[in-house]
Amino acid sequence: MNGNAVSTLTDPLPPAERVVPLRHPWTWVASAFALMVAAGVFTSVATNPAFQWPVVAQYMLDEQILGGLARTLELTLAAMAMGLVLGTALAVMRLSRNLLLSTISWLYIWFFRSVPVLVQLIFWYNFGALYPKIMLRIPFGPVLYSASTNAVITPLTAALAGLGLAQAAYTAEVVRAGIVSVPRGQTRAAMALGMRPATIFVRIIFPQAMRVIIPPVGNEVISMVKSTSLVSVIALAELLYTAQLIYARTYETIPLLIVASLWYLIIVSILSVGQHFLERYYRHHT
Amino acid sequence: MTEPMVRIRGLTKRYGGREVLRGIDLDVPTGSVMCIIGPSGSGKSTLLSCINHLERIDGGKVWVGGELVGYREHKGRLYELPERHVARMRQRVGMVFQHFNLFPHMTALRNIMEAPMRVRRVPAAEARQRAMGLLERVGLASRHAQFPAQLSGGEQQRVAIARALAMDPQLMLFDEPTSALDPELVGEVLAVMKDLARSGMTMVVVTHELAFAREVGDALTFMDEGMVVERGHPRAVLTAPQEQRTREFLSRVL
Repeated sequence: MNGNAVSTLTDPLPPAERVVPLRHPWTWVASAFALMVAAGVFTSVATNPAFQWPVVAQYMLDEQILGGLARTLELTLAAMAMGLVLGTALAVMRLSRNLLLSTISWLYIWFFRSVPVLVQLIFWYNFGALYPKIMLRIPFGPVLYSASTNAVITPLTAALAGLGLAQAAYTAEVVRAGIVSVPRGQTRAAMALGMRPATIFVRIIFPQAMRVIIPPVGNEVISMVKSTSLVSVIALAELLYTAQLIYARTYETIPLLIVASLWYLIIVSILSVGQHFLERYYRHHT
Repeated sequence: MTEPMVRIRGLTKRYGGREVLRGIDLDVPTGSVMCIIGPSGSGKSTLLSCINHLERIDGGKVWVGGELVGYREHKGRLYELPERHVARMRQRVGMVFQHFNLFPHMTALRNIMEAPMRVRRVPAAEARQRAMGLLERVGLASRHAQFPAQLSGGEQQRVAIARALAMDPQLMLFDEPTSALDPELVGEVLAVMKDLARSGMTMVVVTHELAFAREVGDALTFMDEGMVVERGHPRAVLTAPQEQRTREFLSRVL
């Protein structure tokens, strides 16, 4: 902070002899080898007709594929939003002084992190077998709402439940770590100014916790983009399942998988750039 | 006799099984400066945190401006007040911390504007104007756009004082305000505090700066092991301590 070391030396420095940096010949050998392997793979992929690149090009902007892509993005967004909101609530519960609240949160996190998301998806999809009817009623009182489970739990709601509820468990741990990372003195200072607990959380604690929360949540978003492909098992037409639907008809399996993969690559690349800027924004002033 | 700004009777506080405050009685008259000295672990900082109820007390009573702190008395029983009531009381009591505790994600100006805007609902333009005035008062008007990390320790502490003053407190609590500062930065903070004392602010200052206590303090309290050992006029206590423990402490720090 205060390193103003003023040089008082007035003698001219002796002319320095030329510095010869250490050579690394083996690095060059390894680089050449890696380049050769990469070039081999690239040539093989580009020239092997079985990849059917013209078919890939044909389907890249296919209407059905773009529809699946939109569904994948929707699912990612909705499941992450659900995960963040519910996860923050779980994190606050987990940090509560009330033993019941923190235990419930702990149990939730334990359960939803332990059961594979794939199993959860299939489970929610078959929820109707467990409870044929869903009702909302006041205990010992009138029924406010009632519907057949199969009407409520569509593939979309099952997908959202499976992905969102599991994501909340992961996000809760991330948010908790973020909240805990804010020094206790911040809360004390805010309390001493007469701020109420809700104001302190929203204005003081959460913005500072964001710095710790953003990088892992960014990773979770990227991982969620790919997790949505699990939803293909419950016949929801997101990107992968759309590709599968097409190749089931045309038998162009490989090119369509490449189409899906290319789209995943594009989305994740864009998200990675976004994450980079978001991290820089939150790192800036602290 | 008028009601003192701070009145403490029989205050006790435990951490686990350890009693850190063991029956404190203390009066701070309105407009006076009370300095509290004592070895580390003597309970001085805890005592300060009990005055604005940042720490829950285990026994005794604390009044600020004639109002019972943190509790409501009804038919001989004390009922703990909800946080929002306590928060309202805290608006009248400013506090300055050893480690400044400025909000690192806000500029100096924003740090000062935040509580008036969020707690008092003061319009932004008005809060900004007042905050600039306070920054000027602590000699930092030109630094208003800086973030805490870009300020020196002394500057951060002056911003922290301005932040506390923004709520128009009747009482200011200082918890070792210069202990975390490089020696050459202590003076600027003490100067702001002296200025504040001269303006008639009631202050309770936990400090190791005996020279400040002698010059600015109207009363001095020496604490040890959770009790008030000796109190009196600063000059008297510092030059002619009556108690053996005070003498021992002073001989160690002087």
